[in-house]
Amino acid sequence: MPIGDMLLRSVDDSQINTVFPKTFEEYKKWDKEKDQLPPEPVYKALFEELAYGEKVKVGRALTRMNYSKSGWKSLIKKTSREIKKVVRKDEFPESYKSFLIETNEKWADPSYWYAVGQMVNNQTPIYYYNAVDRTYDENQNVVQQNEDRRVYVKTWIKTFKVSIYVTLFCLILGFPVAHLLANLPLRYSNLLRIFVLLPFWTSLLVRTTAWIIMLQQNGVINGVLVWLGIISEDGRIQMVYNETGTLIAMTQILLPFMILPLYSVMRVIPKSHMRAAQNLGAKPALAFWKVYLPQTIPGMSAGGLLVFVLAIGYFITPELVGGKDGKLIGSWIAYHLKTTLNWGLCAALGAILLGIMLVFYWLYNKIVGIDNIKLG
Amino acid sequence: MALPSYATPVQRTYYYAYLFFCAVVFFFLVAPLIAIIPISFSVSPFMVFTDEMLSWPPDPDAWSLRWYKNMIGNCSADVVSSTVPCSNKWMIGTVNSFFIGFIATFIATTLGTLAALGLSRPHMPYKGLIMAILISPMIVPLIITAAGMFFFYARINLVYSFTGIILAHVALATPFVVITVTATLVGFDMNMVKASQSLGARPVRTFFKVIMPLILPGVISGALFAFITSFDEVVIVMFMGSLDQLTIPKQMWAGIRQEISPVILCMATCLVVLSILLLTTVELLRRRSEKLRGITSR
Repeated sequence: MPIGDMLLRSVDDSQINTVFPKTFEEYKKWDKEKDQLPPEPVYKALFEELAYGEKVKVGRALTRMNYSKSGWKSLIKKTSREIKKVVRKDEFPESYKSFLIETNEKWADPSYWYAVGQMVNNQTPIYYYNAVDRTYDENQNVVQQNEDRRVYVKTWIKTFKVSIYVTLFCLILGFPVAHLLANLPLRYSNLLRIFVLLPFWTSLLVRTTAWIIMLQQNGVINGVLVWLGIISEDGRIQMVYNETGTLIAMTQILLPFMILPLYSVMRVIPKSHMRAAQNLGAKPALAFWKVYLPQTIPGMSAGGLLVFVLAIGYFITPELVGGKDGKLIGSWIAYHLKTTLNWGLCAALGAILLGIMLVFYWLYNKIVGIDNIKLG
Repeated sequence: MALPSYATPVQRTYYYAYLFFCAVVFFFLVAPLIAIIPISFSVSPFMVFTDEMLSWPPDPDAWSLRWYKNMIGNCSADVVSSTVPCSNKWMIGTVNSFFIGFIATFIATTLGTLAALGLSRPHMPYKGLIMAILISPMIVPLIITAAGMFFFYARINLVYSFTGIILAHVALATPFVVITVTATLVGFDMNMVKASQSLGARPVRTFFKVIMPLILPGVISGALFAFITSFDEVVIVMFMGSLDQLTIPKQMWAGIRQEISPVILCMATCLVVLSILLLTTVELLRRRSEKLRGITSR
């Protein structure tokens, strides 16, 4: 239910329509081929709606208008001040059009009016275009954002890159450990399982803090390296507040999610299979590759999917460990939700993320079947 | 898992390399958690191992409880330092965290247990669909769930209230209860329900006298999972909590972003200890439940 609401939000554009209904009504009648500027009724409707509109509602609408073309907000604010003056004196102008153009020559600039075209409908895809760095130009064509405003595509790519790396690292580190746990006698493996489960049960923030302590420039790892003489006192490595830090911390935090599904799959693979393969003449490496590995695929894919999906929506750790340019897409969602209050864009980013995840689940379901997910 | 006696030297090398690799990974998993514990007892306001702390024999002046005193809101002169603020925020956060955690756990455990019981009936219609919806908060990235809930709660005016936070935590925690209880129900013999009813027990009595004792280990470990989920949760609290609705994770987040101080490490140490306790309980319960159901592990 909340997710459905979010999907609605991402295309919802009705708020502004409740503020300027008449203006938009008249606007739709404007024949752009014939007249360069909208006809008189449009200006008249706008004048009235600005003069008598509720201040809070108009303010919110202005924020929305600024998303399609910056400059709207200040233009309307200045104009409505003039309008209020006129209304107070009770001197209504003869031609609203020339009055508005007189107060601010921007009203004669058709590009502002073209931007209105994006807002007249109740639904809009603009947030989705914004989420992939696209916007509208004057003629309602979808174009790339200006160079300096293109951030999302880069962030999407980075999010994918980090998630894929983290998944790979988790697989490489997790596979041998799961194998060891699955093959040791239960007495030892139960003890070693604690090592895996402890981070799993510990607060995310505790682990993130711990990594900051470990990785910072005068932190534990650098201290040990200096003490061992591997690096000099001045050559301490910057490992935190950049992508390296994010990768290391996220790998450790998500590793249990890889080990546990792998472990539960490996535990039920009979040991006799490997022996049989070797008995039939296969070298250990070949037996492993041909007999053991294929049987672990459900575990690997379950773990991989879990780690990837968790990594792609990660927000706390990259935000704290990643530093200035460590932001992943989750950080932007939080930023728009809490700081800029651009909820439409926030919902659109979330919806795209959700779509990506659904594709992955669908693929996973095709390949392995979704009910193989277990909690250790 | 030991090497056979006829292993060749090459195999031996591989085997030891493999063991070494696993040891490194275990170290990688646990070391950060262990490392913060001694630092939290340091005198210095910087979060590092000072030279005095590493000296041998141990130097008592290098160790202190001053940050722990700070954490519980004891701001006496020997505790206060110019760089580390002292307030009772941590204690407020602790109270709130436990409050939210307990209520959310109670609701989630009740709902989750009932859902699991219903889902484990053989003739339940739309089982797959219901299960998928129930566990969806667990597999959808938290940020999406949190954003969706924020929008939804904003419409019905639950944002910035404890009710909203608790309900959101219930939604997050219920899947864990459902999964653990369903796992316990795998070995459950439905004939016992029939037996109890044929002996004249009403459904409620059957539930409390027959079903409940048998699935109790699963319910408790589900409840612990639910509690830790709510207790650790920060994204929802950040989105939906107002400024004075502090919880431990939120306070830690704020601490890491603004005033990184050893007090955070004291709280972190407490949380590590808490998670060790919970983990041990869950492990013991798991073994007990396996014994109860007669599933002998190898």
